[in-house]
Amino acid sequence: MTKANKLWDSFKYLTLLIAALAILFPPYIIVVNAFKTKAEFQTKSSISLPDSFFYLKNFAQAFKQANMINAFGNTLFIIALTLILNILIGSAFCYAIGRFNFKFKGVLVGLFLFATIIPSITTQVVNYKTIQTLGLTNNLLGPVLIYVGADILQIYIYLQFIKNIPYELDESAMLEGASLIRIFRTIIFPLLAPATATIIILKTIAIYNDMFIPLLYLPRPEHVVISTSLMRFFGVNSGDWQMVSSAILIIMIPTAIMYMFLQKYIFAGVTSGAVK
Amino acid sequence: MFSRLPFKTQKNYVVFGFVALPLLLLFTFAYYPALELIRLSFTSWDGLSPNKPWIGWSNYQEVFSNPEIFGVFKHNFAYFAVGIVQNIAAIYFAVVLNSKLKGKNFFRLLLFLPYILNGVAVAYLFGYVFDTTNGSLNYLLGQLGFGALSETSWLGNGSFVNYTLASIGFWRFMGFNMVIYLAALQSIPSDIYEAASIDGANGWQKFISITLPNIYKIIELNLFLTVTGSLEVFDLPYVLTKGGPAGASETFVMKIVETAFQFNNYGLASAMSVVLLLFVIIVLSIQRFLLNGRGE
Repeated sequence: MTKANKLWDSFKYLTLLIAALAILFPPYIIVVNAFKTKAEFQTKSSISLPDSFFYLKNFAQAFKQANMINAFGNTLFIIALTLILNILIGSAFCYAIGRFNFKFKGVLVGLFLFATIIPSITTQVVNYKTIQTLGLTNNLLGPVLIYVGADILQIYIYLQFIKNIPYELDESAMLEGASLIRIFRTIIFPLLAPATATIIILKTIAIYNDMFIPLLYLPRPEHVVISTSLMRFFGVNSGDWQMVSSAILIIMIPTAIMYMFLQKYIFAGVTSGAVK
Repeated sequence: MFSRLPFKTQKNYVVFGFVALPLLLLFTFAYYPALELIRLSFTSWDGLSPNKPWIGWSNYQEVFSNPEIFGVFKHNFAYFAVGIVQNIAAIYFAVVLNSKLKGKNFFRLLLFLPYILNGVAVAYLFGYVFDTTNGSLNYLLGQLGFGALSETSWLGNGSFVNYTLASIGFWRFMGFNMVIYLAALQSIPSDIYEAASIDGANGWQKFISITLPNIYKIIELNLFLTVTGSLEVFDLPYVLTKGGPAGASETFVMKIVETAFQFNNYGLASAMSVVLLLFVIIVLSIQRFLLNGRGE
């Protein structure tokens, strides 16, 4: 190995180390302060370790005060219903588009792809009125409808995927007398499973992390979701960073765990989602 | 029952049944709002009353002539500027993690981690880091001997609050850009590099004449994501500064939300939305034109 190579290698590790520290520093602060008592928080510096990592009162209080049970419940409800509808509607649509030829098919696909150009954040002024007309403001179904209606990521992913499922499978099932609905239900949909998994992961992360839609459509306390619960909690406890830290931690943990286990799918999904 | 029908009939049912609902949703939540937005932008509608008085172009005149509205794009510029640096860092780390390196999976996992965390939680996380008196950044600066810097009000100074906020965006999204670049790098066939090595090319030469041209398309994609992303910034400033101090960190989307939902000026908010929509469409059209123009 030449001298220049060695130098380059050390430089690589040095920059990676700096990046790692920069990424870990903010969460580190949160972790060490979430376990501090109020007295500890006031006397110790913000980067020092707490006396004990078994002091869990902040978490208990944050969980209760931020109404996290409600927030997790509402968020899960919205995610689950959105996913079910998205997957059913998206996969069925792509079966129709991917397997059959019909008039205006090209126009139809074009309409869907062109819609990706309209950023949903710009259309909320009108969508808000639509949801209001449907009587779904202050209703968990409002955001579900927005998430299901405005995002076509699943259609893009399914369309890519269904092309790679050989049409011979459909044909042999037809010869055996299976109906098209049955073919979709028992052959195509199960084979779309990897695409479905990608969609589940990407949408779960996106909805869990979204704040704009719940802020607009769910202003009432009983409809609190993860993002808005933290905002309300901060409003009451600002300055009490040991309390805020524990609330932040509670909210970050679920996606962080999901990430640890599903990293492979997340990387693949993010790449295919972005390159649309 | 259904299976007894001839396939041609079945096909018609399936096509119609499976396409109708998504199409209805698409029109209700994408095309109708885009068109309705344009119509409302020529009115002075307050969002409630049944009549929507037509006022011609005056909302647009207001958008472009009132510095309080159009001038807000200056704040969005900070996110764009930081976004460029963020892309350079992302390319660098993608190249590093694509080379032979111990622990590269660990570093990839770590660098991408911020992207999957809840945005509001990330905002407060940095609210703590940047806090003037209790904040850990100022504490750290003090300990490292930068006493003068350690009393900086990172989120309270109008002249750089947008850069502070944009740096949080950097923290959050650099790994995302990096993962996209990494996927592109991995698809470059390795024999090109081997051939170049045999011809005596060094690492830098290989980067300039093999790597960069091969990921050009992805650089472009990431840059356009950066542009549209910086035009649409909302949650970080909304959560952390509420647009302050004195409106210095307000972004265009925050202005739209405020105009529509606080001041009930739906007409003006619609005109602002149309302007934003046009900007994004222009940016994306340039991207697609460039992509197609190269015959790919």
